[in-house]
Amino acid sequence: MTTLLLALLIMVALALLLGAVLGFASVRFRVDGDPLVEKIDAILPQTQCGQCGHPGCHPYAEAIADGSDDINKCPPGGEDGIRKLAELLGVEFKPFAADAPQPKPKAVALIDEATCIGCTLCIQACPVDAILGSAKMMHTIIADECTGCELCIAPCPVDCIRMIPQGTDLTNWKWRYPTIPIKALKTAPESRA
Amino acid sequence: MSRLYDFHGGIHPPENKQQSSATPIRQLPLPPLLHIALGQSVGNAALPCVQPGQRVLKGQCIAEADGRLSSAVHAPTSGNIIAIGEHAFAHPSGLPAATITLQPDGLEQWQPRQNLPHWRDASGSELRDFLQQMGIVGLGGAVFPTHLKLAARELQTLVVNGAECEPYISCDDRLMQERAADIVAGIGIAAHALRAGEVLIGIEDNKPQAIAAMQAACHGTPFRVVAIPTKYPSGSAKQLIRVLTGKEIPHGVRATELGVQCLNVGTLYAIARAVLHGEPLLSRIVTLTGAVADAANVEALIGTPLDWLLAQAGHTTAAEVIMGGPMMGFTVPDLAAGLSKAGNCLIVKSPAEFPPRPAAMPCIRCGECATACPMELQPMDLFWFAKARNFGKAQEWHLFDCIECGACSYVCPSQIPLVDYYRFAKSEIWAAERDKKAADLARRRHDFRQFRIEREKSEKAERLAARAAEQAAKLAASQAATTTVSSAQDDPKKAIIAAAMARAAEQQESKPLPDSHTQALDDAKQAAIKAAMERAAARKAAAQQSSDDSSNAAANPAGSTGIDNAKQAAIQAAMERAAARKAAAQQSSDDSGNNAAANPVSATGIDDTKQAAIQAAMERAAARKAAAQQSNDASGNNAAANPVSATGIDDAKQAAIKAAMERAAARKAAAQQDQQDPT
Repeated sequence: MTTLLLALLIMVALALLLGAVLGFASVRFRVDGDPLVEKIDAILPQTQCGQCGHPGCHPYAEAIADGSDDINKCPPGGEDGIRKLAELLGVEFKPFAADAPQPKPKAVALIDEATCIGCTLCIQACPVDAILGSAKMMHTIIADECTGCELCIAPCPVDCIRMIPQGTDLTNWKWRYPTIPIKALKTAPESRA
Repeated sequence: MSRLYDFHGGIHPPENKQQSSATPIRQLPLPPLLHIALGQSVGNAALPCVQPGQRVLKGQCIAEADGRLSSAVHAPTSGNIIAIGEHAFAHPSGLPAATITLQPDGLEQWQPRQNLPHWRDASGSELRDFLQQMGIVGLGGAVFPTHLKLAARELQTLVVNGAECEPYISCDDRLMQERAADIVAGIGIAAHALRAGEVLIGIEDNKPQAIAAMQAACHGTPFRVVAIPTKYPSGSAKQLIRVLTGKEIPHGVRATELGVQCLNVGTLYAIARAVLHGEPLLSRIVTLTGAVADAANVEALIGTPLDWLLAQAGHTTAAEVIMGGPMMGFTVPDLAAGLSKAGNCLIVKSPAEFPPRPAAMPCIRCGECATACPMELQPMDLFWFAKARNFGKAQEWHLFDCIECGACSYVCPSQIPLVDYYRFAKSEIWAAERDKKAADLARRRHDFRQFRIEREKSEKAERLAARAAEQAAKLAASQAATTTVSSAQDDPKKAIIAAAMARAAEQQESKPLPDSHTQALDDAKQAAIKAAMERAAARKAAAQQSSDDSSNAAANPAGSTGIDNAKQAAIQAAMERAAARKAAAQQSSDDSGNNAAANPVSATGIDDTKQAAIQAAMERAAARKAAAQQSNDASGNNAAANPVSATGIDDAKQAAIKAAMERAAARKAAAQQDQQDPT
């Protein structure tokens, strides 16, 4: 009988001790915020364009993390972005919905400075403060900081903002994937001779 | 004779140097045009400091260095600048680059030459600035700015690179044979600047005449000429350092950290010409070889068009041309490009010497590439990762240690263009890094914007709270001073009226009146109270109106503060505003579809500006109401015509807003008509 009581006592004591340790650890080593959200946010392209239906990339990352939204809602991230998200979350790759906005080449907004009336509406719309100007003064885009989100286009009362696709120059040119060049088999008769 | 070391791997391709190395360096006539690209070094392109149409002298700076990692560009001969703009550029992409086009005038008129005679006493920074202004960059092909290479201090060994290991190229060979004295002078300057303990001049043993010439020139100096075994790529800096000093440079470590620096003989020659003779880097020796009539080394001005240059060597066919060597060079996309400081060799391809590379076969993992790799990498694994676009793994396997020497592609029995895969992987990784940097910047800026908006909001709330507290205090004061309080209304109105009363009381108090708390108020105060009462009446009317017609919520009169001498006019205006609003409300309640575009213009006794202001306010209110109604009717409709909160408006802006409002009203009317038509 005493053995049984002793055993019970030991088990209860152990349970209390371990419970206390676990309780302490959950307070002491508490992780603030969801680390998954930060990981997802790091993959998202940070255009802050809202095309996913969320007011920025971080809210979309939160929505993905808690499972309330799909991973295929980010056109600026492209299919590569979806692949990375699928890999991170361990889910299947999902293409963009047919009716959803499709990815397009990176572009930078440009203000036609002759038409701009200085209304500051685009400045208020820009999610990354990439527009410089003040009331009644000409506005301009800081091209290096523009994410190409197009949020400034709709508020402009005089439609003076355009998106300029970013071309390739010597600073961002890339070597292409090696392929076998295709050559025309039919050659001119004099070169054959 | 010191001990020589060996490096791992390496290959022995056919040398093909004798075609061009036998004849002396040829001087060329002036080309008809010079296309001098602004990006003549790694780092930023230089910034032009001349205008089209300007006449420049030989050696005049035409573009200044932009930042540390950049180098100046000079006019190679006297003449006129005829254009500054995009022009073909010798780059594998075939993309154009910013270029200054110079038309030589044939006079070869020098600007006054500024040398650095006291270079022995010059401080390190003085010499480095001088070399940057002289546009001296590494002439071995990497065009790294030389002034940065001379920033190292207390070197154990200065390695002079005369190996010239790539096939076909013989420009350094001829330079050492013919201009050894100047090279040795340049070595003296560099060794002095770097405070090098010893100087080793490494020359491959397939250039006996160059070795002899350099040995003769070095006689009496502590510099040592070392003949090294011919093996490609012994001319690569890391491999040459290994051969001469036995030091292996680990991953992520710079040679200078191990007390070694490596400079090319061509660069040292350019240093000597600049420091001793005041000549900026205006020309370089170029090997013209391959399928040309008379292969030779020529001294060509920077910017010489490549097609003109090849014509001097008797090349007339339209065959492809390689710039650089056959191992590391690239096919020039457009021969109209000007010669750059990197252009050490031009090889005209012929089918006999450069048969087309057979189609690549699958990798059989024979390991030949790993045997040949001078960097001791695993090329077959790097190829595998690059092909699968597994760039993270490729980086783990030290992709960025690859010097792209091409030894692996050369030995590959499956003829796989391995280096192309590595270049592809490297540029993809760089692009991903650029994107990541841009995303991080955007995230930081977005976060700061959110923070700023929150801060502004809280600051505004604080301001409002402070003002409310102030007004409450004033209210208390005025309650003590005056006994007349207007009839009971809801709180904010009471507060405003009380504030107006308090202001009036203050005004009165400021006047030296003996009895301030009597029933007999002076005219001003009476007027103020009257005004406040009328405003209250007007507001009451507005409130009633808004309770009747809930859509009209925005017609809030501008806070009527600051009662001055023109009080009478203001009162009249308020009365008329109230009347107008009432009329508008009636109209809208009678006929909801009709908007108040044709609003009743009142204000008979008011001066012009006030009238305009009232009209603008009316139109604003009407537009806002219209917009609200519109958005109620059609919620999907985008209310882009959102009126700006019109605070602090002056005449021009007022006019602009008025115009905008009228546009909005017209648009709205049109929209409403559209809506009504189908129904």
